[in-house]
Amino acid sequence: MSHFRQTVECWQCGHPAEHSLFCRYCDSLQRPTADYFRFFGLEPRLKIDAANLEKRFYELSRLLHPDRYLRKSPTEQQYSLEATAILNDAYRVLRNPVARAEYVLRQAGVESLEPRARTLDPALLAEVFELNEALEEFRGGDRSVRPALEQARERFLAQRGEIDAGLESLFERYDESRAPNVLAEIRKLLDRRKYVQNLIEQLDRELATESTDAATSD
Amino acid sequence: MQLLQIDFESHRRGRVVGIDLGTTNSLVAYMDGLRPKVIPAPEGGVIVPSVVSYNESGEFVVGERAREELIRRPERTVYSVKRLMGRGLEDVREELTLFPFHIAEGSESVLRLQLGERTFTPPEISAQILRQLKRNAEAYLGEPVEQAVITVPAYFNDAQRQATKDAGRIAGLEVLRLVNEPTAAALAYGLDKRRDGIVAVYDFGGGTFDISILKLHEGIFEVLATNGDTHLGGDDIDNLLLRIALEDVASEWGVDLSADSEAVQRLRRRVVAAKEQLSYARKTVIDFEYRGRRYQRELTRELLEKLILPIVDRTLACSRDCLRDAQLAPEKIDEVVLVGGSTRIPLVRSAVERLFRRRPHTELNPEEVVALGAAVQAGILAGHVEDSLLLDVTPLSLGIETMGGVVSKLIHRNSTIPASATEVFTTAVDGQTNVLIHVVQGERELARDCRSLARFELKGLEPLPAGMARIEVRFLIDANGILNVTARDLRTGKQQEVEVKPSYGLTEEQVERMIQESYERAEEDLRERQLREARLEADRILQALEKAKPHEAYFELSEEERARIEAAENELVVAYHGGDHLLIRAKIEQLNQATLRLAEMMMTTAVRQAIEGDKS
Ligand SMILES: [Zn+2]
Repeated sequence: MSHFRQTVECWQCGHPAEHSLFCRYCDSLQRPTADYFRFFGLEPRLKIDAANLEKRFYELSRLLHPDRYLRKSPTEQQYSLEATAILNDAYRVLRNPVARAEYVLRQAGVESLEPRARTLDPALLAEVFELNEALEEFRGGDRSVRPALEQARERFLAQRGEIDAGLESLFERYDESRAPNVLAEIRKLLDRRKYVQNLIEQLDRELATESTDAATSD
Repeated sequence: MQLLQIDFESHRRGRVVGIDLGTTNSLVAYMDGLRPKVIPAPEGGVIVPSVVSYNESGEFVVGERAREELIRRPERTVYSVKRLMGRGLEDVREELTLFPFHIAEGSESVLRLQLGERTFTPPEISAQILRQLKRNAEAYLGEPVEQAVITVPAYFNDAQRQATKDAGRIAGLEVLRLVNEPTAAALAYGLDKRRDGIVAVYDFGGGTFDISILKLHEGIFEVLATNGDTHLGGDDIDNLLLRIALEDVASEWGVDLSADSEAVQRLRRRVVAAKEQLSYARKTVIDFEYRGRRYQRELTRELLEKLILPIVDRTLACSRDCLRDAQLAPEKIDEVVLVGGSTRIPLVRSAVERLFRRRPHTELNPEEVVALGAAVQAGILAGHVEDSLLLDVTPLSLGIETMGGVVSKLIHRNSTIPASATEVFTTAVDGQTNVLIHVVQGERELARDCRSLARFELKGLEPLPAGMARIEVRFLIDANGILNVTARDLRTGKQQEVEVKPSYGLTEEQVERMIQESYERAEEDLRERQLREARLEADRILQALEKAKPHEAYFELSEEERARIEAAENELVVAYHGGDHLLIRAKIEQLNQATLRLAEMMMTTAVRQAIEGDKS
């Protein structure tokens, strides 16, 4: 009713609802917030206590899941469905450090750079060039390059490890400083990680097609 | 507000049953206090074979009786209809060659089975099975049953889930939740045996295979990953053996029986029996007699295992993928639970044991555990089971077709449901007033390699220059694993109309019509039954009268009394041949009244004779 203040009112009883999940006055479920951190009642930080997040996820699931609202009003059923969808989406994003950082960057308006403009260091580019040649041969049936491919995979895994360590310290720096330039650095590292990750996945696919499964009895 | 609350509570208070709607067998269970219990069928046993026959007088026969019809009326009898749910003609063309019934013309988007002079869609056939289970539950519980939890294979796609829900509605059941079969099994198992840990459920049934890995934690059953194949089950083993046996018979007898439905169904029975025996015996004989000829063939377990190894291998490949998706090594699995009739096969058990490096649990009846779990979930929904909660996942990624037929994934497989994604759409040409969104399910890169789910049309857009419209579309997979799509115009904030065109399956109008028809049919069925019952009673009283006529008491009646009886008798006979059960009842009553004194006199005579008999 009030047009003067930016307060949200309870759909059921009209009391101010203050962005909480449930109305303090009548206990009814409210239209959920779409902000992932706020949904979990967390500060928007890049470093998160995973065990605490999981505990909170289970608690909120028990409170919000549609299975608990089947005997409630259609409005609450709808809010329960929406709230649980956001809860699950939020949990999926927040539990994964890379997805979580992407989310924070998106909220802060730091967009990913176009692949073309992505600045990759020349050493990596040279390696990718070599890798593509080896893959060609491998696909052509040359099994002798397999060890080389496996070594390349190991190197990329190590690189990904380094990137993750770098991200880890950048996360800490951002949580302390909230400096936009740190976000820009994180952006760069995330783009690089995505590139390396794609290479690893490609190698996994190529190497997996070769090995065969059999359930033959002993 | 209180009143409103109370109102909803009372509306939802009825009994909710759990139904395992299986490929081969179906079961219904309920919560007896805090323990799930399967409901027996009136004719004994708890299993209702998932077979439906439509006879010449337009009646459906379901279950064990329909299984008998498979031999007598193979072309009017449907089994394994679950394999056809939510499927298109192209999906099932190959296996249709082994089914005895025929597909009607015009079955492109929804299959239609030709049974006699009528055609039925798979949801309508499934509805007959559900209706039978509903009747069994009502007879057993002595109260109407209108709400149910129905289980589906975890790997069922959107269309298959929707088809199952449609079947429930056609059967007069409100489907409160679709639960994945392995998850239901875990629920029954977890409640019974284990509260915490990682559990793998290997569910190899009649027509489908599922593997799910769950984390159990203080009453929460969280599915970490699921995988499977909705076209891989005991049926495939049966079909394989049947094909081989048909070839064998052909070479021995010089006759190809594969076009003879009755012969095929008879042989199929022998083959299935042999397969089942080999779960206990090392060897058996397929013994088949038909039209005076006999075919006998020894089958060893060793040979059977060699034949079915590729099928078992496929289940293992799915299981490894599932472990990988759950990011778990096999030794991290605390327990393995076996579900489904096909897990009785020794090769299956040993293969599972080898993969997970532990002996699987078999103490719960693999045929009942899914229905029991469905009943537990029904208990959760009804508010009777307080501390348990299922958190399931979507088995397949959901995406939209973009330029060049490439899929843009919006919700990844193994995401906990409900799950959602939003995407903003715009127009490509000036003045465009509608946008078509093609939604697919699957893991492949190109839309044509995925499963087309539906086309959603945003209609009535304001004509604007190209690229100016901004329509936010929200894709939401609900707790049943079914997609809901809503759209909002970001410029005006108004809800945007979305029209759904499902690629496979029934439209809302078709389902409504079927529900309507089934009500009409139910009324028809009721009238039929009342007529039959009235005639039965008329038969009884008319027969009794025939027996009484030579009796001495009949001659002791006055002429008038006898005339009244004869008149009432004639009127009852006339009513008997009419179709009005109320009239028959009235005439029965009239005859009853007319014969009241006769009955009394006969009773006295009988008593007198009895007393005299005692004396002598
Ligand atoms: Zn309130």
